[in-house]
Amino acid sequence: MKYLYFPGCSLKGTGRAYEESFLAVFKALGLEVRELEDWNCCGATAYMSVDETKSYALAGRNLAIAEREDLDVIAPCSACYLVLNKTQHGLKDNPELRRKVVNALKSAGLDYKGKVRVRHPLDVLINDVGVEKLAKFIKNPLKGLKIAPYYGCQVVRPYSTFDDQYNPVTMDKLIEAVGAECVSWPLKTRCCGGSLTGTLPEVGLKLAYILVKEAKKRGAAAVVTLCPLCQFNLDGYQDQIARKFERVDIPTLYFTQILGLAMGLPESELGIKRGIISAQAALAGR
Amino acid sequence: MPLEQKVKYEGDCDPEFAKWVVGEIGGENLRHCIQCGICSAACPLSLYMDYTPRRIINLAREGFRKEVLSSFTIWLCSSCYACRVECPKEIHITDIMYLLKRRAIEEGVYPRSFPIPVLAREFGRMIFMFGRVNETLLVTDLFLRTNWFKFLGMIGLGLNLMRTGRMSFLPDTIKRRGELRKVLEALDAEEKKEKKEALS
Ligand code: SF4
Ligand code: SF4
Repeated sequence: MKYLYFPGCSLKGTGRAYEESFLAVFKALGLEVRELEDWNCCGATAYMSVDETKSYALAGRNLAIAEREDLDVIAPCSACYLVLNKTQHGLKDNPELRRKVVNALKSAGLDYKGKVRVRHPLDVLINDVGVEKLAKFIKNPLKGLKIAPYYGCQVVRPYSTFDDQYNPVTMDKLIEAVGAECVSWPLKTRCCGGSLTGTLPEVGLKLAYILVKEAKKRGAAAVVTLCPLCQFNLDGYQDQIARKFERVDIPTLYFTQILGLAMGLPESELGIKRGIISAQAALAGR
Repeated sequence: MPLEQKVKYEGDCDPEFAKWVVGEIGGENLRHCIQCGICSAACPLSLYMDYTPRRIINLAREGFRKEVLSSFTIWLCSSCYACRVECPKEIHITDIMYLLKRRAIEEGVYPRSFPIPVLAREFGRMIFMFGRVNETLLVTDLFLRTNWFKFLGMIGLGLNLMRTGRMSFLPDTIKRRGELRKVLEALDAEEKKEKKEALS
């Protein structure tokens, strides 16, 4: 199976471990992934507050480039996944907006038709590969590792095609497939604070704190997530959380990292050491 | 105790503003709101808002322009879409928050102490220049522009990111910057034309 890959800015920056583990795992599974040629920033959550039409056009350029090939586009970052899907919906439902965006793209020689499918790597792993096939690749099951599966907001809301908006389960299935155990917690899709952790820490840190605290309270040794901003908030701000509330010290891994570990890929290929809160104790202590 | 008018007269509202919201993408169902408050209950930020999402919806549809546009609420919204999927009347609350943010920036009425509108603008500028966003540069730029003191508080995090190789100080850029610029400039030209037509 072949896919195009839309990294987005985070996977080239603070979310580097996500890119590393995603590429390593897909390669080991025999899935071919090619980076989208000359992709630009999707606009993320921020740009929609500045200019609506341009937001759609930014995402539109990526989709137009992707359309040159007949492949699904994988967007691992939740914000990119949402924005690209939102653009497909927005341009389909609003003829006037579509006209403007299509014309602007055309003026730069780009052709947008809206025929690309934007997918999340979790969707691909569970629905294209499948749990049974994944099981064949598991060499080193993560027995005894207790995990809080954290989906965050934008991958399931509001456009997700592969999971439930209220109680998503695909990542739970993956966690079970790698031999680990899911703790039950009700905060699977609760907001991590988004960019408020940086812009308004008095508010954002509290949201991140609630998540790590509750994960630990429910017996999880690690949180596993699928979004670079969630990972950043839960992992990067724990010193500040300790100063403001209490020290929690729970590592946050990407689902691609735990899958890679269970497949026996070396830690160095999976960016395990890029966690600010080290995962070593959690991984060794099972 | 001095007397203070707590509630607005209907005559002081701006019905044109309400009409504008309904006419924008995402505003369509605004008038269907039954004020059930489910959006406020679902919202993880409503605890900090000056008006809960339910109240923002109500104020917007009655035309309380100033209250809505200068509220903290719209800038606290993290676009998590929890309200949107719960709303029984399928009101696109998140998109309404977005269109209110855009209007607030346009009118320059956002709360000055909030760095969020500045972040949004800087983000846009960086995309226009490079086509991509370098998070390190964006955040540094943001704090230097708004709050030095907060920047100092972030140094620990910066060092942690450096230690784990998650930071970079080189702006990432796309190859065909001209192509992207052409697209954005075509939209600018279109907007100008529209504004001219609306005037004449
Ligand atoms: S959930 Fe929907 S109908 Fe209920 S108050 Fe909020 S916007 Fe109105
Ligand atoms: S999208 Fe905004 S208003 Fe709606 S629940 Fe999330 S933070 Fe609250």
